[in-house]
Amino acid sequence: MEYLSDIASLINSTLRISTPLVFAAMAGLFAERSGVIDFGLEGKMLAAAFVSAVGSYFFGNPWLGLFLAIIACVGLSMLHGFASVTHKGDQVVSCVAINILMIGLTTALAAAWFGQAGLTPTLGNDERFLEITLPFANSIRDVPILGIIYSDILSGHYIFVYIAYLIVPVVFWIVFKTSFGLRLRAVGENPSAVDTAGINVFSMRYKALAINGILIAFAGAYLSTAVNANFFREMSAGRGYLALAALIFGKWHPKTALIACLLFGFTDALQIRLQGVELPTIGTIPVQLIQAIPYVLTVILLAGFVGKAMAPKAIGQPYIKER
Amino acid sequence: MVSPILELKDINKSFGHVQANKNINLIINKGTIHGIIGENGAGKSTLMSIVYGLYQADSGTININGKNVKLKSPRDSIINGIGMVHQHFMLVENFTVLENIILGFEGELVFGKNLEKAKKNLRNICDTYKLNIDLNSKISDLSVGFRQRVEILKSLYRGAEILILDEPTGVLTPQEVDELFKILRSLRDEGKTIVLITHKLIEIMDLTTVVSVMRQGEIVGHTKTENTNKEKLAEMMVGRSVLLRLDKSFAKRGDVIFKVKNLTVKDDLGVTRVKNVDLEIHSGEILGIAGVTGNGQTELLEALSGIRKVDSGEILLEKIKISDSEKFLDPRQLKEKGLAHVPEDRQRMGLVTDFKAYENLIFGYHDQKSFSSSSILNHNDILAHSKKIMKEYDVRPQSPHLITSNFSGGNQQKIILSRELNENPKVLLVGQPTRGVDIGAIEFIHQRLIDMRDKGAAILLVSVELDEVLSLSDRILVMFDGGIVGEKINKNVTDRELGLLMAGVV
Repeated sequence: MEYLSDIASLINSTLRISTPLVFAAMAGLFAERSGVIDFGLEGKMLAAAFVSAVGSYFFGNPWLGLFLAIIACVGLSMLHGFASVTHKGDQVVSCVAINILMIGLTTALAAAWFGQAGLTPTLGNDERFLEITLPFANSIRDVPILGIIYSDILSGHYIFVYIAYLIVPVVFWIVFKTSFGLRLRAVGENPSAVDTAGINVFSMRYKALAINGILIAFAGAYLSTAVNANFFREMSAGRGYLALAALIFGKWHPKTALIACLLFGFTDALQIRLQGVELPTIGTIPVQLIQAIPYVLTVILLAGFVGKAMAPKAIGQPYIKER
Repeated sequence: MVSPILELKDINKSFGHVQANKNINLIINKGTIHGIIGENGAGKSTLMSIVYGLYQADSGTININGKNVKLKSPRDSIINGIGMVHQHFMLVENFTVLENIILGFEGELVFGKNLEKAKKNLRNICDTYKLNIDLNSKISDLSVGFRQRVEILKSLYRGAEILILDEPTGVLTPQEVDELFKILRSLRDEGKTIVLITHKLIEIMDLTTVVSVMRQGEIVGHTKTENTNKEKLAEMMVGRSVLLRLDKSFAKRGDVIFKVKNLTVKDDLGVTRVKNVDLEIHSGEILGIAGVTGNGQTELLEALSGIRKVDSGEILLEKIKISDSEKFLDPRQLKEKGLAHVPEDRQRMGLVTDFKAYENLIFGYHDQKSFSSSSILNHNDILAHSKKIMKEYDVRPQSPHLITSNFSGGNQQKIILSRELNENPKVLLVGQPTRGVDIGAIEFIHQRLIDMRDKGAAILLVSVELDEVLSLSDRILVMFDGGIVGEKINKNVTDRELGLLMAGVV
């Protein structure tokens, strides 16, 4: 039975590790479907992690921290929109600026406010989110199979984890079953068609960016007020880029993007699990090699298996009315 | 008296220094097909974009059914019963027909009841006007003709009473044009009003009740179609009388200066596209090559101009071999030897459309002493040259700093032509010189080619427009399936004779 619990804990950590990727990928989906490249997921995630940790610390309430992080991220998305939608600047450059600015700003502000470069004070239990044990989790643990699924896989996560996986079908529903979704997809494919249908292209893109800001805030807050109890320097650690890769791998579709996120989460969970494990005949695999698995996988998937990535046609192009 | 369905009063619109519309007054009556004709850049599309709410006029008023309306966005226009079919279709290619049509007018936040209603509604419209469109097909799977119908259906679904069509036939085959005209007539019979923007005289004569002529941003006349004819309209459009048929003297033929022997050329996929072609061009002569698109003309031109490798055979310029299967001169070396080329695809090969006009005006000749010294461009000289040449070739607007893509097709072609002709080449290769070019510019371009011929140049003209080949050439070769299938002296030859050769029948 021991391998069963091994599998259960592997799945459990896959769900945890994938959570910020799922939020970020869904955030990116809204921006990119509207035709705005979002390379800035990384910087926004970092900003959200910082703001929510600081907010929780000052106000003693993680929800308030999350709320402030949402404001910060929506603000950054609007900044991105102002530069690249209103003023038709280069979208990638605008994102890179946000990313670099956030690395520096979070470190500097932490130093100024708390005297430690890039570190915020540790949050107490009532200042952060805690793991939720689902009802009866302990009592039905011994039921075969079902017990393991319920108690060891589904139970015991932070609230973010549940929200993340519930949000994917919601995103699917919004994008494909509502008029907002139709307009969102249209504006990323052919903004002229949207304009001549009497819909404001710019306001559509700003709306998409606002949703993008809200979603990415959850990813950041999860890192600093749930799985960790403080903010530390560059704690997003490339998850924004990884989520973007998952989005592309998932062809800008919520379902496949989710699968890609889970795949990346799984390889990460696996590499943690494999560290120090002695395999028969091979012996211990060097940690560095194992840690490289998720990245190697990313490169292989993106290079070879995506096939023709069908990006939204108008992505990266500022909308200019034809003369 | 019933008020007109659409009335424009004193509309003005400028883009920067360019006044696109000047004091436009226009009355359009219900149930008519109203033509608006003018050359490219005359301001027709701008005017209709104002009516459709895409642009706002700087001044002037718009009345619909006698009531003053403010059209601040396409939405306002759509609500006021105006629909527009743009020259470039406003469709999302990976959406279905249905999705494209309801976009912006879904009528509900979450798709459900109204979607079903929309489908029923659309099927009714399709039946009424015999549009025959499957609502569930993807746009990318539809032919150009069907996409246009989707645009018409979209406008009708949104309640259009006035339907504006901007150059609707430019992308259609003759059969599709017939179908479109049938639909437009049945729309008119149902009481809809149609505004047809075009620069094709024949369409105006064929379809419209009333026609307004625009020139350089102004309306220069309104007339009932039955009271006018093609020649009169052309004259109004251009502002002077236009020769719809070219008047030219006989060629004073000199020696052979360009000779092609047994030329065979393969395309990028390795398919032989030009097969054992022999031809000679004398100085002072225009040799026309007629043929249906895709019979090797493109590859022939590319090989002759040094862009494509020759597979076998040879090309001689003034008795000196310039290309065979072993070696060939590149376009730059050919230019130095006096061979100029006006390529078929002007936007892809003839111009860098993102560059400014003055850059394109010297491109390929930029390292000449008059434009640069030791690799550094002399801006003042180039600008002076550009201004002079733009005036000489009547390129409009005459602003060397304007980005080339902002010029109309005809003016882009004049930029290329002026660049190539300015060097007085001995041999000129011209592909599709007037494709997508308005009649005023066509006349101008044709006249320039004749002038070049009279100065002693040897000109090879490749065109899929049979009329063009017939009116310009002194001698005509017909190409079919990569080979020359006939040669005719252009005297008493008819288009029927050439048509049979082109079809490979004879």
